[in-house]
Amino acid sequence: MITIICNGESRQLDQQVSVEQLMISLGLNPERVVAELNGRILNRSEYAVTMLANGAILELIRFVGGG
Amino acid sequence: MLTIAGKTFRSRLFTGTGKFSSPQVMQAALTASGSEMVTVALRRVDLHDPADDIMSVLARDHFFFLPNTAGARNASEAVRLAKLAESSGGGNWVKLEVTPDPRTLLPDPVETLAATGELVKAGFVVLPYMNADPILALRLQDAGAAAVMPLGSPIGTNQGVLTRFQVAIIIEQARVPVVVDAGIGAPSHAAEAMEMGADAVLVNTAIAVAGDPVRMAQAFAKAVEAGREAYEAGLGARRSEAEASSPQAGLDFLRE
Amino acid sequence: MFVAPDFQQLRARIAALGPEAVERALAKGRLDLDDLAALLSPAAEAFLPQLARRSAQLTSQRFGNVIQLYAPLYLSSFCTNRCAYCGFSADNAMSRRVLSFAEAEAEAMILHRRGFNHILLVSGEAPAKVGVEYLETLALRLRDKFAAISIEVQPLAADEYARLFAAGITSVAVYQETYDRAVYDRVHLGGKKRDFDYRLATPERAAVAGLREVGIGALLGLSDWRAEGLAMGHHLSYLRKEFWRTGLTVSFPRIRPAEGGFAPLAAVSERDLTQLIFALRLFDPDLGLYLSTREEARYRDGMLGLGPNRYSAGSCTVPGGYGDTEASGAQFEIDDQRSLDAVSVAIRAKGLDPVRKDWDAIFQQQDQGRRLAA
Repeated sequence: MITIICNGESRQLDQQVSVEQLMISLGLNPERVVAELNGRILNRSEYAVTMLANGAILELIRFVGGG
Repeated sequence: MLTIAGKTFRSRLFTGTGKFSSPQVMQAALTASGSEMVTVALRRVDLHDPADDIMSVLARDHFFFLPNTAGARNASEAVRLAKLAESSGGGNWVKLEVTPDPRTLLPDPVETLAATGELVKAGFVVLPYMNADPILALRLQDAGAAAVMPLGSPIGTNQGVLTRFQVAIIIEQARVPVVVDAGIGAPSHAAEAMEMGADAVLVNTAIAVAGDPVRMAQAFAKAVEAGREAYEAGLGARRSEAEASSPQAGLDFLRE
Repeated sequence: MFVAPDFQQLRARIAALGPEAVERALAKGRLDLDDLAALLSPAAEAFLPQLARRSAQLTSQRFGNVIQLYAPLYLSSFCTNRCAYCGFSADNAMSRRVLSFAEAEAEAMILHRRGFNHILLVSGEAPAKVGVEYLETLALRLRDKFAAISIEVQPLAADEYARLFAAGITSVAVYQETYDRAVYDRVHLGGKKRDFDYRLATPERAAVAGLREVGIGALLGLSDWRAEGLAMGHHLSYLRKEFWRTGLTVSFPRIRPAEGGFAPLAAVSERDLTQLIFALRLFDPDLGLYLSTREEARYRDGMLGLGPNRYSAGSCTVPGGYGDTEASGAQFEIDDQRSLDAVSVAIRAKGLDPVRKDWDAIFQQQDQGRRLAA
């Protein structure tokens, strides 16, 4: 059981998962989401191989409408 | 054809993707506008409604996404947003928006200049949104901005090119394309900006909140084309002040 | 780097323009190079009174009722160039003189006591006599006596200009003489001045080095004055774009008699000179426009308030000539021989204010310029 902070909210995960696995489990398309883990921006190629540890701070960001 | 940082555009109308009533209306309007470059913002995914992905309706092969740093209140927030945008894999272009005052959304000149320098050094193609300050425009160009984007009037006010006098100076002095952005509320405003010699305009609110955004988008497209044609055709002279009543300049002293 | 447009093409552009183009240009707020061409064309001659009115209006808006006064200080008549039109040509047999630092300072003090705050240091091209070290030393000695010190000497390198700027030189004047390459080649018979392109790039080098002002000009009478005007317009446009922090000025030397008796190759009447001055004022209202004592008093007085805003007075083009009024060896003959006081009276009579300074170099930060790269 690990706890991470995702988009400012506390989240409990049964096991260590990769960033990509988390995105999919949240119903997100990894191709359309940008991730910042513990203050570091991840390359898309890193999503599948970066595991989330206890206490990780994850920001998931996407493009939205704007001027 | 307009060229910015080596990329050519047939359409001189750039559009924003915000404030539309639905993704479908946005897609239809932007397609009708003929715009080839659209601005997008960056926000946290709403984890309670993860399917809400407004941008999925815009084909990336049809529209070039220009991420903006809307929401940034200082240079370091803007730089962070720019880097987040870049990591999405869509390129290294950024519309730099640093707006510390949420009421007026006017751009901070000091932070914008600082962020421009930093992002240019990091290899970004930077298009800074700025108040229509000619000296700032020159400083941003010196810092490596690929274009400058002076506002016509504050975001969302639809007041037109209130800054016309300064924008004219910016256009005259510019070494990079000038895109008039913000405050363009009607096609006539867009035409005016183009007649003055602006290289392009960016329109968002006026299209998004129109009664019929698709038709409004078409109207804007026509206005931008008309204004540009008029500029290239060589507009007739229009004096800004009446013939001054200066004393008759006598040239009787001339001998040869 | 600035590339001079093809001179014959400039002439063709001007020749193709008629009265409609002139009227368009006169009615516009902001003029472009095509408008300048129209104002320089023969068709514009008929519009001289309108040009005068607009030029007077723009000059007044930009500079108010102020005429800036300055004096030339000739440091040396030694020259290694052989220019067909110049009294200092190495071919001319005349006794040459270079002022020592003490002599130069003495001359400068005469000007200082007369009330001048802006002086123009002039010399022929003879670096062994007047080189960077000489100018640097002299500038350091003179800087607290004068608000602005300009130089009109041989073209220097950017880092040399930077040194001089740090020493107190505030502006650099370098006239291309003619933008017509063919004529340039014919009249510059020997010496480093034969290099057209090096000379052409000189204003940029001075601007890069951080000089506050850079002055250009053509020696009227060498080639087609209309095309010279348009070439200067191109040059000014380039300098404005690339060096927005640098002030720009234009001078209008018109060939006058000199040792060797060089006659103008192309006629330039007073009306022509007038049209050229007005055209440039309309094209770029922010230019400093110089009218020197080569021109007659009647003409200079007539032009007050109409466009030129920088006047010399009581000038002498002989090194040491302010102290020794019998000295000979002038670069060119002065036509307006009036003293500073007499010229000031004439200026005031026109409702204008003769000003001896508008800046103090002491306020200047010795910033080496942002782009001091080669």
